[in-house]
Amino acid sequence: MKKLRGLLGTGALLLAGAAGAQVKDMPGGPRVNQLNLHEGVTQIAQDIMWIHWMMLIICAIIFVGVFGVMFYSIFMHRKSRGAVPAKFHEHVGIEVAWTIIPFLIVIGMALPATRTVVAMKDTSSSDLTVKVTGYQWKWGYEYLDGPAQGVKFLSNLATPREQIVGTAPRTDLYLMEVDKPLVVPVNKKVRIVLTANDVIHSWMIPEFGVKQDAMPGFLRDTWFRAEKIGTYRGQCAELCGKDHAFMPIVVDVVSQEDYEKWAAGEKKALASAADDPNKEWTKDELVARGEKVFAANCVACHQANGKGIPGTFPALDGDEKYVLGPMKDQILTVLNGHPGTAMAAFRDQLNDVEIASVITYTRNAWSNAGKGQDPIVQPANVKALR
Amino acid sequence: MSSVTADHVPASHGHDDHDHKPQGWRRWLFATNHKDIGTMYLIFSFCMLLEGGVLALLLRTELFSPGLQFFQPELFNQFTTMHGLIMIFGAIMPAFVGFANWMIPLQIGASDMAFARMNNFSFWLLPIGAILFTVSFFVPGGANAAGWTMYAPLSLQMGPGMDFNIFAVHILGASSIMGAINIIVTVLNMRAPGMTLMKMPLFCWTWLITAYLLLAIMPVLAAAVTMLLTDRHFGTAFFNAAAGGDPVLYQHVFWFFGHPEVYVMILPAFGIVSAVVPAFSRKPLFGYASMVYATAAIAILSFLVWAHHMFATGMPVTGQLYFMYATMLISIPTGVKVFNWVATMWRGSLTFETPMLFAIGFIFVFTIGGFTGLILAVAPIDIAVHDTYYVIAHFHYVMVAGSLFGMYAGAYYWLPKWTGRMYDEKLGKWHFWSSMISFNITFFPMHFLGLAGMPRRYADYAAQFTDFNEIATIGAFWFGLSQLIFLYLALKAWNGRGEPAPAKPWEGATGLEWSVPSPAPFHTFVTPPVVK
Repeated sequence: MKKLRGLLGTGALLLAGAAGAQVKDMPGGPRVNQLNLHEGVTQIAQDIMWIHWMMLIICAIIFVGVFGVMFYSIFMHRKSRGAVPAKFHEHVGIEVAWTIIPFLIVIGMALPATRTVVAMKDTSSSDLTVKVTGYQWKWGYEYLDGPAQGVKFLSNLATPREQIVGTAPRTDLYLMEVDKPLVVPVNKKVRIVLTANDVIHSWMIPEFGVKQDAMPGFLRDTWFRAEKIGTYRGQCAELCGKDHAFMPIVVDVVSQEDYEKWAAGEKKALASAADDPNKEWTKDELVARGEKVFAANCVACHQANGKGIPGTFPALDGDEKYVLGPMKDQILTVLNGHPGTAMAAFRDQLNDVEIASVITYTRNAWSNAGKGQDPIVQPANVKALR
Repeated sequence: MSSVTADHVPASHGHDDHDHKPQGWRRWLFATNHKDIGTMYLIFSFCMLLEGGVLALLLRTELFSPGLQFFQPELFNQFTTMHGLIMIFGAIMPAFVGFANWMIPLQIGASDMAFARMNNFSFWLLPIGAILFTVSFFVPGGANAAGWTMYAPLSLQMGPGMDFNIFAVHILGASSIMGAINIIVTVLNMRAPGMTLMKMPLFCWTWLITAYLLLAIMPVLAAAVTMLLTDRHFGTAFFNAAAGGDPVLYQHVFWFFGHPEVYVMILPAFGIVSAVVPAFSRKPLFGYASMVYATAAIAILSFLVWAHHMFATGMPVTGQLYFMYATMLISIPTGVKVFNWVATMWRGSLTFETPMLFAIGFIFVFTIGGFTGLILAVAPIDIAVHDTYYVIAHFHYVMVAGSLFGMYAGAYYWLPKWTGRMYDEKLGKWHFWSSMISFNITFFPMHFLGLAGMPRRYADYAAQFTDFNEIATIGAFWFGLSQLIFLYLALKAWNGRGEPAPAKPWEGATGLEWSVPSPAPFHTFVTPPVVK
């Protein structure tokens, strides 16, 4: 098998020429011209690999058998060789045989698969539970128990825009790197509870043999027990709108000590970063903070210039109805979203300070500065409308 | 079945040929003749094949290298969505109805389809649907970009292009239902005396079963998209959890349509191949009765396996196991068909004209798609490759190498009957070999991409996937250009150029269609033939 794979790989490389020669294998992600499933760092992923080889070999044997007969016929029974057609057109025995034998083969295939299905679905007695939320277009993680309980953050694509449009050279981690990966301990059963905020997403890590859709409004779960320390990468696997290809998943599997150290650091940072919603903020503070919030949450649709994408995502620049109108409608829109559009409800994603600052930012950015009513929105205003 | 012969051929066809045939545009707009309507169906579906093909090439152009070069993801997603919808509802399904219109009356010795005016209506709905599909690119927000499956809630976010899309699906669905009713009534009531059901050519059998599938599933699709429509505009919440709905409900309803739909697009091709293989093997079809039973078995099983498209949604373990087992069972009747075709060729007297090449190509490449289908049915493997390029490879092996190659086999086989001219055999063979090689160059590497984890419907991908994507794009352009050979050959024959075809141009062909002259006169079997 190794040899066959090597041969195929060499052939593929020769065919493709030197175009991809500089790209190297991605650690924890795909190898260059990878031909088969990932080897896997969980028992489930290794079982899947085994079942796949079993299926492939059985299918290949049947294929060679059936088409061996067909090609024998094609070469030996051709009219140009003087073949005279036989008259037979049915045979009960053989027809029963080629119904029963495949049935037995299929049962043989289904048995090992059954064991793995049952194992994949068993999410009980986990050591750690993490809630994963799919957003258009990023992932949110929240630790529900263990030393990092309460830690939550968003995980965004870290590949710079310049690489995507081609003005900067692409690295080996292109499109499969994030600003803040999920961190889990090695050799521990990690239960992943999934939901989504807007549309269906799917959380996939090929090295773990895990793929589970995240359903808006429902919880689903899956699990993995990574047996090797390292960084593992995957991508969203359910079409979720325009930036479907730009919301990767990265999981750092670390030792138990490193995990506890990481958890302690996160909790400390969490405490110091907590915003005081009762504080009165100045306009400059709000605008500066809001610009960051906008860049992390709003820019994908409404664009950096606030013009949106005509017909799909509305402009905020010069928008009389919400951005330049009274603050109430805009606060409610940001809190609750706009049903039936891509505008998500940010009620649970952003705190009062962040919502107040991003609204203040939009009211003072671009050509909006100095126009409209309520140029400053305080966190207290947001809190009042929650 | 091979003993079917015409006892009586109307002698007056020369007269019928020019009698009562409307002239000019009225002949087509008001067409009630099954042959004219069949021709229109075939032309329409080929135009849609080209439109869907151009969309596919735009996708492959963007995917030639990583990064965004030509299209932004919003437009790319519109291309993937409309490529799928146009190929399924515009190209494959109408093409098979075109074959049915032309060939079923000729094969069963009927003078026309049962409902000639409904036949006209069901055709003329198609261009309306096609216009709605095409125009939707130019409305604000562009065409539907939620995938051909239109999963809620993503499809609820779309602009007015989605509404165009929903109405197009309604209209094309209505057309399919009318076509199906027409075919069922024609096959059941209008067979020539002596043509019992078990003497019918297999193409009529596969279409009869397909028509029942269509009757059962098109209303289900209509229901699914209507629920989308009311969720979008009329305040219902079928798919919104916040109001008690469930996004997964959409997937269950959609795939209850979607899986039998797969067989709607392949069973008629089985019928064509079952006509072509015996003709060029000069030997009757092996296991005619088991072919009929296998087709029926596939059709029944197709209603019981829909959720194998949804393993990743998170079904209970018993659900996964049931749908895995049921899906694996489908490989048995499908295998029986392949064995029967091979047994038909065994100890025949084979020649390899273009229809036979496409039929053998069909069996060979379709079987690869069948095996990857069996592999995908195994739930743990499906979890690994669901929504990756492996799935793209799988269904293009069954839809392109399956349905499309099956149709080419039929088109070359019956082109002399339709046009009265032989096509250029040499160019036909070029078309086959060029399509066969480029098809595999395009789609075989996608298996590797999928196994390595490249998700489908991605406008951009990790650099490690580059080489196989380049190969696929080169293959796709080669494949697309190869289809122009067929366009040239078909147009040439249609224009009455090429060697005149005799009534039965193929030595081993059997069936009533070869008992009428080529081209088939405007009216055939006005007096039914008697089948012994």
